[in-house]
Amino acid sequence: MDSNFDFDWEAAFQSIPHLLAGIPYTLLISFGGLAIGFVIGMIFGLLRLSRAGWLRWPAIAYIEIFRGTPVLVQVLFIFYGLPQLLGGPINAVVAGIAAIAVNSGAYISEIVRGGVQSIERGQREAGLSLGLSRTQTFRYIIWPQGFRRMIPSLGNQGIISIKDTSLFAVIGVGELVRQGQIYIATTFRALEVYLMVALLYLAITLTLSLFLRLLERKGLVGQ
Amino acid sequence: MSDRTTDSTATPIVKMEKLNKNFGSLHVLKDVDLSVTPGEVVVIIGASGSGKSTLIRCINGLEEFQSGALEVDGRRLEPDGRASKALQQIRTEVGMVFQQFNLFPHLTVRDNVTLAPRKVRNASTAEARETADRLLDRVGIANQAEKYPSQLSGGQQQRVALARALAMEPRLMLFDEPTSALDPEMIGEVLDAMRELAREGMTMVIVTHEMTFAREVADRVIYIHQGEIVEEGAPEQVFDNPQHERTQSFLSRVLTH
Repeated sequence: MDSNFDFDWEAAFQSIPHLLAGIPYTLLISFGGLAIGFVIGMIFGLLRLSRAGWLRWPAIAYIEIFRGTPVLVQVLFIFYGLPQLLGGPINAVVAGIAAIAVNSGAYISEIVRGGVQSIERGQREAGLSLGLSRTQTFRYIIWPQGFRRMIPSLGNQGIISIKDTSLFAVIGVGELVRQGQIYIATTFRALEVYLMVALLYLAITLTLSLFLRLLERKGLVGQ
Repeated sequence: MSDRTTDSTATPIVKMEKLNKNFGSLHVLKDVDLSVTPGEVVVIIGASGSGKSTLIRCINGLEEFQSGALEVDGRRLEPDGRASKALQQIRTEVGMVFQQFNLFPHLTVRDNVTLAPRKVRNASTAEARETADRLLDRVGIANQAEKYPSQLSGGQQQRVALARALAMEPRLMLFDEPTSALDPEMIGEVLDAMRELAREGMTMVIVTHEMTFAREVADRVIYIHQGEIVEEGAPEQVFDNPQHERTQSFLSRVLTH
């Protein structure tokens, strides 16, 4: 076996167009899943805060189940398991989006709960004492402030979920890792290709980080 | 203050009878009777933990009570926080200023003041803005309207909080230790704004530790001890000639400095 270091730059660069074909899938699954996950997280995060047990307990159960099991198992369950119940196959991309949605939704529920709970009680009291309804107080006073405090954690979750989509190569989604595997199968340049795969993930997550930093900086005014 | 005229025969705006409040096993308010007539300035004094803040927080339903009768602005509040419709209506008529200001930090000073009139009274943006600027001018912070609360001093913040409450044109104002969180040099400006409000005839219930101020603005002073009203009367009477031994010892402690 030839163990000499022989990094083939040409192979690395040549892999890029092939890998780029995976990026739309990676982005679609990540951001599609996260968008749904955010809606789930808002709903379950608020249910989790409810004083009524019949609202709170289902939310706790959901959060614990989907936070406590691996996203890989979740996607395998959805892709291979659910069709047995539904009687028909599920599109791999749809399965991927669903897995990111329910998984990130569980984490985002906790982020939402923490953000809302972090707002001082006096804010709510001030809103109510002005005659605002509970809903108005939440919408105009609690949520805007809570949401700002959630941004760093939401960004963190976004980055985690983007990377989680790399696991979905196992169900055959043509995302970044899968494109890499396909290219390696014909070129045998694993070192170069996986390095490029890693750099492309880094490019996506760094872009998101930068964007979030800008958002946070804007949000600092008035805090 | 004696030059103010209050009509004691008018229907009271706050009518509290045998009000009891518990925090778990702690009996915080014991059979409290309190009646406030329109135009009256009532100052509640007492040691920390005596229940005076809890008492005024019952008036706008920030605290629930367990038994007794409470009527505010002609609307009945039920024990244990029932009848929340009446409660929200009461809150539109009753303003409150808090110890910690509780301004909305994500909104500009002007937006702090216009929020409730726009959302609760459905005032137009222009209308609400006009009212806000007039009130901010009145409390002496007209030139800060575009700033955020964190850019203001404590005294300025509390004056914005006052303007914010007044923007709803309340019939009654509650003050929960409005100067307790302020640096000493800023207390005066807030008390001045309150004095002016009293002079204009606003009905006010004030919880405060500022005894000189209390003596000056109050039509009636109430001393509360361990959840009970121990003594009440005109400021001269309560401060200069307290009848109850508890009042005497409390005043001797707070008036020495």
